[in-house]
Amino acid sequence: MKQLMGVINLDHELDNLNELTYFRSGAAVPFASRYRLIDFVLSNMMRADLESVGLFVRRKYRSLMDHLGDGKSWDMNRKHGGLFILPPDWNDPTDTSLGDLQHFHNNLDFFKRASAKYVVFSGTQHITTMDIEDMYKYHLEKGADVTVVYKKVDQLQPEHDLCQRVEVDEHNNVIGIHHEKDHHNLYLDMFIMEKALFLEKVKYSIAHGESYFFRDVIQKNRHNLKIAGYEYKGYHAVINSLESYYKNSLELLEPDNYFSLFKENPVQTKIKYEAPTRYLESADVSNSLIANGCIIAGKVENSVIFRGVQVRKGARITNSVIMQKCVIDENAVIENVIMDKDVHLSKDRILVGDHRRPFVIAKSSKI
Amino acid sequence: MKKKEMVAMLLAGGQGKRLKSLTKSLAKPAVYFGGTYRIIDFPLSNCTNSGIDTVGVLTQYEPLVLHSYIGVGNDWDLNRKNGGVFVLPPHERENGSSWYRGTADAIYRNLKFVDQFDPEHVLILSGDHIYKMDYNAMLQYHKERNADCTISVIDVPLEEASRFGILNTDEDLKIYEFDEKPSKPKSTLASMGVYIFKWDVLRKYLLEDGENALSSHDFGKDIIPMMVENNNSLFAYPFEGYWRDVGTVNSLWEANMDLLCDNPPLNLNDPNWRIYTRNPNQPAQYVAPGAKVSSCIVNEGCIVHGEVNHSVLFYGVEVGEGSVITDSVIMPKVKIGKNVRIHKAIISENIVIEDNMDIGIERENEDDILLIDKKSKKKKPIAAKTI
Repeated sequence: MKQLMGVINLDHELDNLNELTYFRSGAAVPFASRYRLIDFVLSNMMRADLESVGLFVRRKYRSLMDHLGDGKSWDMNRKHGGLFILPPDWNDPTDTSLGDLQHFHNNLDFFKRASAKYVVFSGTQHITTMDIEDMYKYHLEKGADVTVVYKKVDQLQPEHDLCQRVEVDEHNNVIGIHHEKDHHNLYLDMFIMEKALFLEKVKYSIAHGESYFFRDVIQKNRHNLKIAGYEYKGYHAVINSLESYYKNSLELLEPDNYFSLFKENPVQTKIKYEAPTRYLESADVSNSLIANGCIIAGKVENSVIFRGVQVRKGARITNSVIMQKCVIDENAVIENVIMDKDVHLSKDRILVGDHRRPFVIAKSSKI
Repeated sequence: MKKKEMVAMLLAGGQGKRLKSLTKSLAKPAVYFGGTYRIIDFPLSNCTNSGIDTVGVLTQYEPLVLHSYIGVGNDWDLNRKNGGVFVLPPHERENGSSWYRGTADAIYRNLKFVDQFDPEHVLILSGDHIYKMDYNAMLQYHKERNADCTISVIDVPLEEASRFGILNTDEDLKIYEFDEKPSKPKSTLASMGVYIFKWDVLRKYLLEDGENALSSHDFGKDIIPMMVENNNSLFAYPFEGYWRDVGTVNSLWEANMDLLCDNPPLNLNDPNWRIYTRNPNQPAQYVAPGAKVSSCIVNEGCIVHGEVNHSVLFYGVEVGEGSVITDSVIMPKVKIGKNVRIHKAIISENIVIEDNMDIGIERENEDDILLIDKKSKKKKPIAAKTI
């Protein structure tokens, strides 16, 4: 019997990637040449063989639904369980719940129907290769009510400012969850607890006018709950701003990062049937990640190129992220740019951003 | 089963001996091509793109890879409620068991399969060729002429014609003679091994041929000559476009090389005629600083530090620093060390090439393509590079 089910809760994730999140949620933002942010947590959940995974999403879910389909890419198109996309569909006239408790209250059936006894909760902004089964075992060993996941970072980055911190004692018991910016234990937006306890707490907190489960039930009640900290040690990036998106995209060009994210376990994504990439005679590519379906005749340097991009002769791309199906015409120049899908840049145009503040081109523009 | 206008039968049981070790443990249609495909992807994708949703795949020689590759056919959109893809290996019957004795016999033994769909026409395909073709256009041609059989033909150079089955036709392309590999070809119309038959006509011939102990049970040698002899109406359907038989190591290499010019004769990037294949789901390819990649096809999961020129890299290939690869085909998951030189070779799947190896640099015959497999490494050690 499968003991685990999963929840991906997008309620806390602000769509703050400017043009990239005008029409899609952060979870659906394309990343690393061929993925979307949600692929990473879904792939981690797939490896842990969860009974079912519910996705709580409030708005801008069109591109996400298109991407996820029936969950087949993550082996979640199951007869029993599998992937459930749960946008708001709230018809209970007696419902007084607020915040993300609304999702839980209105989807109690999702939890009750599953036979799994434990629920893993996660967001999508933290990209990891998390071993959920190991965390689950740790949770059982510790005999904790809740186990939260944290990463101890050597060097704090600007994007870490928005993350909560997990303070632990020498036995990894959590003694504080807060926002002190100089603390190095980042909370990875992921915790596990027993389903029965979770449902009991949901009921109680709605009755008491609370609104956010993690803040109001776990963080505020840390003295009444036994909370364990699970230290995650693998690849980690947090994407919660345009700058962090850009920086972490280009940092994948460092082999250490690329290997630690991709080499051990495959990351699954929606399959596209593109031909392999063609490099023409005049192609000049270095230090770049390139997906399939591209035709490259120009120069590409320190960049991340998504599927089906065409770089024509004489075009030059440096320090940029170019998403699906963009066409860069002859002799165009691009530097420090994030280009969303389906952009056509005509001949001889020059687009230059700043390396700390990349220039973003919205989806489907023609320049 | 729901009635179908046309059912496709894909002959995929051949060994392809001339591909040497490439077909040691898999059937020829499962041989890799073009950086990500297997040969069978081409006829299967052509079926899907032509709107044919019922395909029987006849397997026999080393079918394990092929069977698991095809699966339920979802990669070619052939996982259908009515129809879809069916793998049809030889099976035991009431009156005994034997292998498929020839191409026609393979269909003869699956009469029941075809009959289920009560089709008007049957399309016979082979899993040996690289081409993009609209079978539906051919069906229209076949129907317009009310033909009993339509054979797709391609114009070949006269000097090569004796390698093919040659069709002699009158002016309106009605076939009056079929010459299997003639020493003195009378025409240059070569059969591509793509046939459309009226099912009721073919069925009759198959029943007759199946009982004939002297027959070799082959479409080219038996069924079609017999139909010509009996004055059935057979037409040639002229195909224009890229078509290659990849039955030998050299021709497989050449067809791969055909993809590498700036405007290749076979466009694999056409969104209106995609070639579907099983996606190995690898991360994006990484081209390192100092690498040089030009006139190449490179698949995802590759990591290139060296120089790759005019070559095809399948998924998961690694090329170390200082290595130079030219005019070669590198199959999936090959790991190439540092300062290796490879020229005009096909490197089989999963091979590890140690640092400083030279492959194909000094060769006896410039025209021969070196095929490197697990055995060739052990048998004749490749000379270490001497500078």
